Amino acid sequence: MSYFRIFLAFLRVNIYGETAYRINFIIQLFQSLLNLGMTLGGLAIIFTYTNLLGGWQPNEVLALVGVYFLIGGIIRLIIQPGMEQLIESVRDGTLDFRLTKPADAQAIVSLQRVEIWEILEIILGLGVLIYALVKLGEIIGVLQAAEFVLMLTAGGVIIYSFFLILSTLSFWFVRVENILVIFQSVYEAGRWPVSLYPGWLRYGLTFIIPVAFATTIPAEALTSRLNWQTLVGAIALSIVLFIVSRIFWKTGLKRYSGASA
Amino acid sequence: MKHLIQLYVQQFKTTLAMMFQYRASLVIWTIGQVLEPLVYLIVWLVVAKSSGGSVGSYTTTDFAAYFIVLMLVNQVTYTWIMYEFEHRVREGVLSVALLKPVHPIHSDIADNISSKIITLPIMITIAIIFVFAFHASVAPPLWAILVFIPVLLLAFSVRFVLEWTLAQAAFWTTRVGAINQSYFVAFLFLSGQIAPLTLLPHPVQILSLLLPFRWLISFPVELLLGRLTMVETLIGLGAQFGWLIVSIILLRIVWRAGVKVYTAVGA
Repeated sequence: MSYFRIFLAFLRVNIYGETAYRINFIIQLFQSLLNLGMTLGGLAIIFTYTNLLGGWQPNEVLALVGVYFLIGGIIRLIIQPGMEQLIESVRDGTLDFRLTKPADAQAIVSLQRVEIWEILEIILGLGVLIYALVKLGEIIGVLQAAEFVLMLTAGGVIIYSFFLILSTLSFWFVRVENILVIFQSVYEAGRWPVSLYPGWLRYGLTFIIPVAFATTIPAEALTSRLNWQTLVGAIALSIVLFIVSRIFWKTGLKRYSGASA
Repeated sequence: MKHLIQLYVQQFKTTLAMMFQYRASLVIWTIGQVLEPLVYLIVWLVVAKSSGGSVGSYTTTDFAAYFIVLMLVNQVTYTWIMYEFEHRVREGVLSVALLKPVHPIHSDIADNISSKIITLPIMITIAIIFVFAFHASVAPPLWAILVFIPVLLLAFSVRFVLEWTLAQAAFWTTRVGAINQSYFVAFLFLSGQIAPLTLLPHPVQILSLLLPFRWLISFPVELLLGRLTMVETLIGLGAQFGWLIVSIILLRIVWRAGVKVYTAVGA
């Protein structure tokens, strides 16, 4: 519970900081809508020539797009900003201030920055998702909803651990600020069901850069495609990766010597 | 003229040294440049296969050829100035460039060409692998291949001048992100990067004829695919020349006005 209080405290600070630049709200809204419009435009063009893309109906792909925006928003709201700050603070030595706080440093580092306007992307994603589900006319049972939330959480944990592992590389190689950009450009591929891609790319998007766990698999849960092997696998992977990222963090921290020390 | 050549040679050395220093960025950047056309290629291949092997006038091998050539044309004409200029204005780095006795666009052109020379072999290798992996085939007439070279150079020039001009928006606002993204979205649809333009709705096709984007990407691509008649090619060349003149005039006007409103922090 104390981590939640830390999060709230950071959230408050970030909101105070951001309210000084209120126009950012309008700009973020404009950019999110533009981004959504682009994605929907692309889908509209493709679905004038087919009504089934790799076995997915238009509204099922739309649900996937909703998940894509939802998770993308979560990543840019809380995961990526903290990790960017971590990389920066390892380089210039300001990580010192985080380490001296009387709470787990990993939690502080992970929660320290919140890009609050990204909440718009999350709302937009949810909106698209709900619209798609209504259009599909499918009754989402309790079990399916639970599976979806479970897969979304597992996907979130996998992405968080992946980001943390990449960011802790800064303890060994100081200049890694570009490394997080890899994820951004690869994440674009998550707009489409990964089953479209040829084997090598599908494995790459599943196990090397885990985009599939963030987008396709939660969407599969909603469109009754998820089998129990994938479900168990995703949960197991999220636990393993979380532990591995913790080990990376601990080992990396031992190498950190600070700027002033 | 002589000192300009020296400038270009010197910029080439600097860029080369920097790119070897930041090898990781090079890999990351290459992934982005390759992945986007690859994703659309795969999506259209899936669509073509599910509708009997072709969509419009494009068969699966045509789609493969289209997106592989597109990847290369995009690589040759690509600029990153719109993302960089804001930093120059905001941090006042531009002041140094303004003190130099040559127009700052020259070092940007030199920098762009230098990094292309270094990255082109990588992109061509990837393109060749894709040609075999996706069974792409092109059979353009000889004249089309010959005209392709000047068409590509014109496309590079227009895109460079246009984006350099647009980057000047940073003189008036520090929030260029929204402008850049609007440009990027228009570019994506109207230059043929999402789909060959003949597959887009009719109004969008007409719009694409009136705007510069298609003449920078899909025109060179379709030319090399042997899909254009000589008359269409001449019209395209005319459009490219027209946009080159328009964009150079715009550049001069905007640059002059922009430098006047520029005030470096600390100066």
